[in-house]
Amino acid sequence: MTKSQLIDKIADKLADTMSKKDAELIINTLFRDMGNALKKGDKIELRGLGSFKVITRDERLGRNPKTGEKVQVERKRAIFFKPGKELKERVDS
Amino acid sequence: MTKADIIENIYEKVGISKKETALAIETIFDTIKTTLESEENVKISGFGNFTIRRKKARRGRNPQTGDEIEISARKVITFKPSNVLKDLINS
Repeated sequence: MTKSQLIDKIADKLADTMSKKDAELIINTLFRDMGNALKKGDKIELRGLGSFKVITRDERLGRNPKTGEKVQVERKRAIFFKPGKELKERVDS
Repeated sequence: MTKADIIENIYEKVGISKKETALAIETIFDTIKTTLESEENVKISGFGNFTIRRKKARRGRNPQTGDEIEISARKVITFKPSNVLKDLINS
């Protein structure tokens, strides 16, 4: 399912309460807000679905796997998703 | 950030009632969960992809006792952030 298919499904399910344009705006705003929260370093906790958090990986000396040359890998931030109990159980049943 | 914070943010921006916003958010997350449950991946462009991976059964060890145990085959969910999201958090 892609984002546009999700928009179609939500617009369909909520046809009595809102327009497709509203559904689209809500979904786009939702994922933009989540991205901005992660950018600030906030943890996102969605009961049942899971949680997202940002960790910082320190700079380190790595190697180019092709040439074997040493390269400096910059300090960077990465996102971790931990599925919630409900989602884990529903997927593995 | 919790679901309540999300609803509050979106309600202010979209201009529909708080109750309708809450219903929409619940419906979105429910739809994502149901889709993943049916083993279909969810791809949100600009955010990331949720993928179901099938893990084979393997022999593992109880780290406390050292006993060998059978880890059964299972399905797990992984999330891979999009390049847009990776760049955003590193900017």
